Amino acid sequence: MNITCNGEQRAVEKNSSLNDLVISLELNPQALVAEVNGKIVEQPKFTEQMLQDGDRVELIRFVGGG
Amino acid sequence: MLTIAGTQFSSRLFVGTGKFASSREMKEAVEASGSQMVTVALRRVDLNNPHDDIMQALDRTKIHFLPNTSGARNAEEAIRLAKLARVASGTNWLKLEVTPDPRTLLPDPVDTLKATEQLVKDGFIVLPYINADPILALRLQDAGAAAVMPLGSPIGTNQGIMTAMQVEIIIQQARVPVVVDAGIGAPSHAARAMEMGADAVLVNTAIAVAGDPVRMAGAFRAAVEAGREAYEAGLGKPSKQASASSPEEGMLTPDLDFIQD
Amino acid sequence: MFTVPDFAHLQQWIIRSTEDDVRRALDREHVDIHDLAALLSPRAEKYLPQMAARSSRITLQRFGHVTQLYAPLYLSNLCVNRCAYCGFSAGNRIPRRTLTLNEAEQEAMILHERGFQHILLVTGEAPKAAGVDYLEELALRLRDRFAALSIEVQPLEQAEYERLFRAGVTAVAVYQETYDRAIYQQVHLAGRKCDYDYRLDTPARAAAAGMREIGIGSLLGLADWRAEGLALALHLQWLRKQFWRTSFAISFPRLRPAAGEFQPLAPVSEKNLSQLIFALRLFDHNVGLLLSTREEERFRNGMIGLGPTRYSAGSCTAPGGYSQPDIEGEQFSVGDHRNLAEVSDALIAKGFDPVYKDWDKEFQVFNLESLSS
Repeated sequence: MNITCNGEQRAVEKNSSLNDLVISLELNPQALVAEVNGKIVEQPKFTEQMLQDGDRVELIRFVGGG
Repeated sequence: MLTIAGTQFSSRLFVGTGKFASSREMKEAVEASGSQMVTVALRRVDLNNPHDDIMQALDRTKIHFLPNTSGARNAEEAIRLAKLARVASGTNWLKLEVTPDPRTLLPDPVDTLKATEQLVKDGFIVLPYINADPILALRLQDAGAAAVMPLGSPIGTNQGIMTAMQVEIIIQQARVPVVVDAGIGAPSHAARAMEMGADAVLVNTAIAVAGDPVRMAGAFRAAVEAGREAYEAGLGKPSKQASASSPEEGMLTPDLDFIQD
Repeated sequence: MFTVPDFAHLQQWIIRSTEDDVRRALDREHVDIHDLAALLSPRAEKYLPQMAARSSRITLQRFGHVTQLYAPLYLSNLCVNRCAYCGFSAGNRIPRRTLTLNEAEQEAMILHERGFQHILLVTGEAPKAAGVDYLEELALRLRDRFAALSIEVQPLEQAEYERLFRAGVTAVAVYQETYDRAIYQQVHLAGRKCDYDYRLDTPARAAAAGMREIGIGSLLGLADWRAEGLALALHLQWLRKQFWRTSFAISFPRLRPAAGEFQPLAPVSEKNLSQLIFALRLFDHNVGLLLSTREEERFRNGMIGLGPTRYSAGSCTAPGGYSQPDIEGEQFSVGDHRNLAEVSDALIAKGFDPVYKDWDKEFQVFNLESLSS
């Protein structure tokens, strides 16, 4: 199935969780916050957040800023 | 000691973490500055460069994170970023920035007040970035802002405290701490803000783009400490006359012979 | 809530000031509370002309060649309090009277005909005879005839001030009398006024109710005037921080030795009073400074333009005194007996414009939500 992650189309396997996506992108989940279809998902819930075809996922973290 | 929303800070220098050449340089500069509060921004992960991770660089047991809402063009966007920032950082502290004009990045007073009112209701500790408008500062204070952050001059201009007269009024009137933000291009600018009685200053560009950011961070640390010390010691007024206050000379004095004793 | 530092501490603070501190204070653009302590000190006395010059310059810069005029309207001399210094004190044998609403209106109209646009409604503390209902009713009757109605009555609750504000009262004067807690207890012998802290919190309640102006002051002659000045400044500074939408004014009622009357515990000379006025003007450029008819014509004329911004004129301090000039039962005897026209002429002679109003209540919008702070 296909999702949109940070604006880019990505293919993921069926029954993938948000955590699976993060790991496949080689990201450290501790430092992330996610939005799935506009709803905030906190890091501890990444494993139980299952992805559906067509989901829009935003992975967000802190960067340098003034 | 500086106290904001019940939290004490022994350093009155806040440092922005943007525009550094690397996370390592940023970390060393923050350490050299002695700062206990750094601002950070929220961005989408760049999936092509996923390993630039500021959360790992800094020791959060020593350094307080102040997430900002940079990039927000109106109150709604700022509130959305604030909620993400709270989840991502585990802190309800927030530097509220609403900047609809991408050229000057000057803050929008109307939406800043609107967002502050909402975010305070939602339990945030809000430090709004504002133009140096004394009445806006008071309105934000009344709305529950924990501090106000008036600009010295437009961000990134290095012009120093061009808004000195307005900033002085804000300092005189405000019940909440005043943090001068933006436009501080040299340690002397930071010292001046502190001499005026600002509670703290926020510096980013001037440190990040210096030839040696770590040494510049140390210079700002010294300037902020010197400026604060001078303020607390009580500065004399610059005078054109050598000693205008001596009773023999100076201004025309009114006739007080009418006073009986 | 505002708390006053220990009075002895304030006195020490002032006494420690050196002549260098005074000079430095005079050199400063913004006189802060430490500078003020120096300017109130005995060391500053020989700099009185320099203080007058600065005070005058600041006052002209901020207020222009303008002096506001008002008259008090005494509504009642009934009082439940026993205050050692006051003519209305409950134990005094004076004819007691509370004007009926019709009588009060009649007195007000006499002042109106004399040219007054701003009147100060004064009562003792007698909530049954002259309570909030009475004041509200009177304000509603007078509001369209005067530009400004102020009150100097017993301390009220915030909700009561809100009622009076809606009825047309725009300013409240409430004087602490003395910030020295020990002297306060000593001169307030009985009655609700014995509660120092409730009185101290009253300006804040009135400001929170939306009043446009709050007047504070000390009754000079009760305690060390220098420390009173510092306490007043601290109170003013605190009020300004809490209520930035409110204007503030300070009055300088001065007790003077007089036969058969209360003798001042700590006499204040005209020179002292001048120093206090100049110092406070240097400390706060915007505060209204009031000089009442307690002071004599000579002194009031001399002070024009040097710091004060508002004078009373043609005052009578007994209820009903404007329609019956020989009436007894006054609060204190006045020192300046000129009428409004004569005081106006003195101002004009000095190049000042006598102003009878500086605000029209018709412009007011009663939105209390926007006033909370």
